[in-house]
Amino acid sequence: MIPPKFVYRRAGSAEEALSLVAEYGEEAKFIAGGHSLLPLMKLRLSQPEVLVDIGRIGELSYVRAEADHIAIGALTRYHDLETSGLLAEELPLLAHASGHVGDPQVRHRGTIGGSIAHGDSASDVPAVVLALDATLVVSGPSGVREIPAGEFFRGPFETALEPDELLTEIRLPRPASPAWAFQKLTHRAIDWAIVGVAVQGRAVGLVNMGSTPLRATAVERALADGASIADAAALAAEGTSPFADANASSEYRSHVVRVLVRRALEEAGAR
Amino acid sequence: MNVTITVNGEKTSHEVEDRTLLVHYLRDAAGLTATNIGCDTSTCGSCTVLLGGESVKSCTVLAAQADGEEVRTVEGLAGDDGEMDAVQKAFQQNHALQCGFCTPGMVMAATSLLKENPDPTEDEVRWALKGNLCRCTGYHNIVQAVLAAAEGTR
Amino acid sequence: MSILGTRVVRTEDPRLLTHGATYVEDLRLPELRGAAYATFVRSPMAHARITEIDVSAALAEPGVVAVLTAKDLEGAAGGTAAANAEPLLAADVVRFAGEPVALVLTDEHYQGEDAAELVSVDYDPLDAVIGVQAGLRDETLLFPDAGTNVVSTGGAEEFDDKAFADCEVVVQRTIVNQRVAAAPLEGRAAAAGWADDRLTLWASTQNVHAVKAAVAGRLGLDADAIRVVAPDVGGGFGAKIGIDREAIAVAWAARRTGRAVRWVETRNENLMAMSHGRAQRHTLTIGGSRDGRVGAYRLEIVQDCGAYIRMGTLMPTLTTLMASGVYDLPKVEVAHRTVLTNTTPIGAYRGAGRPEATAAIERAMDLFAAEIGMDPVEVRRRNLVAPDKFPFTTPTGATYDTGEYEKALDTVLEAAGYQELRAEQQRRRERGDPLQLGVGVSTYVEITGGNPEWGETASLEVHTDGAVTVWTGSSPHGQGHATAWAMLVQDELGIPMDKITVRHGDTDVLKEGTGTFGSRSLQLGGSAVHNAAVEVKEVARELAAEEMEADPADLVLDVDSGTWTVRGVPGQGVSWARLAERAGEGGLSANTKFASAQATFPFGAHVAVVELDVETGRARLVRHVTVDDAGPVLNPILAEGQRHGGIAQGAAQALFEEMAYDEYGNPITATLMDYSFISAAELPSFELVAMETPTTANPLGVKGIGEAGTIGATPAVQSAVVDAVAHLGVRHIDMPATPEHVWTAINEARTAQ
Repeated sequence: MIPPKFVYRRAGSAEEALSLVAEYGEEAKFIAGGHSLLPLMKLRLSQPEVLVDIGRIGELSYVRAEADHIAIGALTRYHDLETSGLLAEELPLLAHASGHVGDPQVRHRGTIGGSIAHGDSASDVPAVVLALDATLVVSGPSGVREIPAGEFFRGPFETALEPDELLTEIRLPRPASPAWAFQKLTHRAIDWAIVGVAVQGRAVGLVNMGSTPLRATAVERALADGASIADAAALAAEGTSPFADANASSEYRSHVVRVLVRRALEEAGAR
Repeated sequence: MNVTITVNGEKTSHEVEDRTLLVHYLRDAAGLTATNIGCDTSTCGSCTVLLGGESVKSCTVLAAQADGEEVRTVEGLAGDDGEMDAVQKAFQQNHALQCGFCTPGMVMAATSLLKENPDPTEDEVRWALKGNLCRCTGYHNIVQAVLAAAEGTR
Repeated sequence: MSILGTRVVRTEDPRLLTHGATYVEDLRLPELRGAAYATFVRSPMAHARITEIDVSAALAEPGVVAVLTAKDLEGAAGGTAAANAEPLLAADVVRFAGEPVALVLTDEHYQGEDAAELVSVDYDPLDAVIGVQAGLRDETLLFPDAGTNVVSTGGAEEFDDKAFADCEVVVQRTIVNQRVAAAPLEGRAAAAGWADDRLTLWASTQNVHAVKAAVAGRLGLDADAIRVVAPDVGGGFGAKIGIDREAIAVAWAARRTGRAVRWVETRNENLMAMSHGRAQRHTLTIGGSRDGRVGAYRLEIVQDCGAYIRMGTLMPTLTTLMASGVYDLPKVEVAHRTVLTNTTPIGAYRGAGRPEATAAIERAMDLFAAEIGMDPVEVRRRNLVAPDKFPFTTPTGATYDTGEYEKALDTVLEAAGYQELRAEQQRRRERGDPLQLGVGVSTYVEITGGNPEWGETASLEVHTDGAVTVWTGSSPHGQGHATAWAMLVQDELGIPMDKITVRHGDTDVLKEGTGTFGSRSLQLGGSAVHNAAVEVKEVARELAAEEMEADPADLVLDVDSGTWTVRGVPGQGVSWARLAERAGEGGLSANTKFASAQATFPFGAHVAVVELDVETGRARLVRHVTVDDAGPVLNPILAEGQRHGGIAQGAAQALFEEMAYDEYGNPITATLMDYSFISAAELPSFELVAMETPTTANPLGVKGIGEAGTIGATPAVQSAVVDAVAHLGVRHIDMPATPEHVWTAINEARTAQ
């Protein structure tokens, strides 16, 4: 319940954050909202020796309309995404999904960047940004990289981020189709998704169907080929490898994803 | 390290460990023991306080992260004369507490909700309180209290 | 106008809402200044021999005062404990994951976990016995000297194989009443300090006097040498009856180190090591005729005890006692066995044995109804105990005092709009809606009074300023006794509530008391307070007669103004303050104890409505309507609150909660993230209907309401889920009815058809 000892340093800017992490090396981790990292540290499952607090870097919290995309600062909190008029207008899928993460207290602290960098396939937002074909902008000692979401999530809690890199911005192209839906099956309202589905147009992102967030490519191909929603949704479990855990068996997850994909496509189509 | 936090309108400053959780800063350093700890996975919400006017789980915030900020706990809601505020009164009027352990967190969560959504429906109240667990009341009266507080301040 | 029966908001609340209650963790007393913090090292293994404990690394950590193990306890504890009692710290063998093995004392709180991590314990694994089936096999014995894992048996020694011979229809099924956690929001906590060879133990408990006796016994102390104080307690639900070994170890450690010690457990520890509830396996056999009359009911109970006997031998005796529920059945046979397993010990949990009985008989009734194709409500009606049969003695030896079971059933059905619910259900079935409706009905009776023969104590004094202090042996931990007892006193003495202070939870002040559990406090503690007030009233009458130089028979107490006057003499009156002055310090007082030979039997009926997503199996409780009749209601606000809380816990067991272990005995649900403790988002607002059938067992005519809601709710909700998919051929779904459980049941029914 008490984290092990560590050194706390606070960064006032992205540059300072990077130089602090360079100073401390592998023993340092960034902390933003802290709602992925601190719970792990309190259970002593994660024991960084140094925490670099980037939570106050105001310049990294924004939601902006650019010419051909929406730019979201990595430190934008779920609460701000949920209540953003711009997102409600342009990316309602993200606004809606953000409003369904955790509870209000979590949403006042947790950030979009924190969720993406944490790389938990059971989190909602990674699957959403995957469905939205996001580009992740990353700063490091060797400069700035732009990584497509499809290449960002590598494995369980493993992303393309190097330990000395900072995720600074999420770029989301304006969706070609306004059709969107988000369907999530949980046991309790506060639980992680047993399975979640994010739909934007014909793009389908899956929550908790493997060791990373996934695109339901078989479904997407079928839709592109003119299949009906029912027929396309029947392929939802293809290419997935859902875990079995205390909450659900793999078999049940595979069943549920087919149901939720169908419902999400129907709901999106009805908009 | 030294941490300075304005708690219930008063500036406090204490020497704490880097790892000191905000909830322990409040309880042990600042001596405000109303805020309770009910779990170790940021689930129960008993530790809910307002940080910068918004509800947070103080067990999942480092005191260092709140350095220089404003925190309000349940002890800081009543007026200087001790008169309870609208939410506190509604909790008493509606028997929204039994053992009282979840109550400070529940009241702060309700306070934050009504700031953001002054006229919530019952469903919205239940949804907004999903991060605040209670074993005694079955939530029925808590929901009634929040709706009553909303109505009272309309 | 009497204040009794009116809605009075709690006097406890302003303090709780503005300053916060003072739980053990909040104590900032001079006696605890400089106290060391206790952190326990616990076994990660469910069953193992301890081969070595190395505390040297831990001892070297900053702030470590001591690291204590069973070795340090040897001979030093001084008290007595039975051969299979829980040791204060595990010595040679650990028997459940979470069992305490060492106690680390540190100067500061945060240092505790750092040091505890460094205590190195070597375990030699033994086979873990998980589940009652494994326990009964007796292949691995938790206590080899005992020769078996079965620690108690009872009920019928032999079943009558002709019991069901005359039944047209017989249904048998083995079902589970799953293990759950009590999970009060405040976990276990204790603080201990010694001064002048005397121990003061502050503990989060439901009964300080029993704790005193337990600690005296375990540590070999005179009762006089111990004071036990319960400060504010953050919920108990039965799991804080008495005291667990950790608190006793803390008391011992305080003596050993000469320093006060304080302990608060984490939630993870709480879910692993605080008593669990329920954990019974039921084999039900029910038989009867096609007209709905039940001829025979047999219940075989196997109680999972956990690794040590806390209340695992007691629970099934209560289940047996209440086995036949609200029904008048010609033949009832019950037998029970309690078996050890390498899991957390079982204790009392809201209902303590009676929810299990009700869940079993209600499930049996529904299974019987499904078999004969009759509405389960109709089947119940045909078997209820008739109103003219009270007091009614059941085949298992319970004598129900008063009851109106059919009236409760009719009342709840009307309030729920039962016919319209069935009509809506039918419409949805015909349309094949994705969200089907399920309606579950339960009728229940339960036993309250929690050892009424032990009674309860009260002491009442009117002070010279006219204020009153009441000391009660009851031990509220959320129930609102301070408000309720003050209402009783105001009603009797005419002294306003704001001048009445109710205190509890200190064995130095009230030397005798029983505590709060088993829904006993109003009927026993309240009756004691009432009797104390009546006694004080008579003392006052004599004093007033002297004061006014009148005949005591002519003295009248005007309850509205709290003044004593002489009948027929207007104007002049004497106040309580004056009489207290007259009586001298402590003179206007009474000490009483009220005990009853008779338990009481509240009863009721619940209707639960669920919406079930047939494709995913996810059920949502959308309505819950109840009648819970515990006799006259002293304060409707408090009674409703108890019902609400009970319903929530009952529904939670049916739909969400289970304390689960893997096959090695590792707890799978040992955090609130994994253990499905429900939130407000899972529940509807409840619809409560009033009904009051008094008892003759006590002067207030009241029964206990605290556990009734839980007892009625679980079977109604479970039944509603099964009912929602009954048209698909499903007859039973074990609790908790998680989405996957329901989905699996639907698939199995489809395959079977």
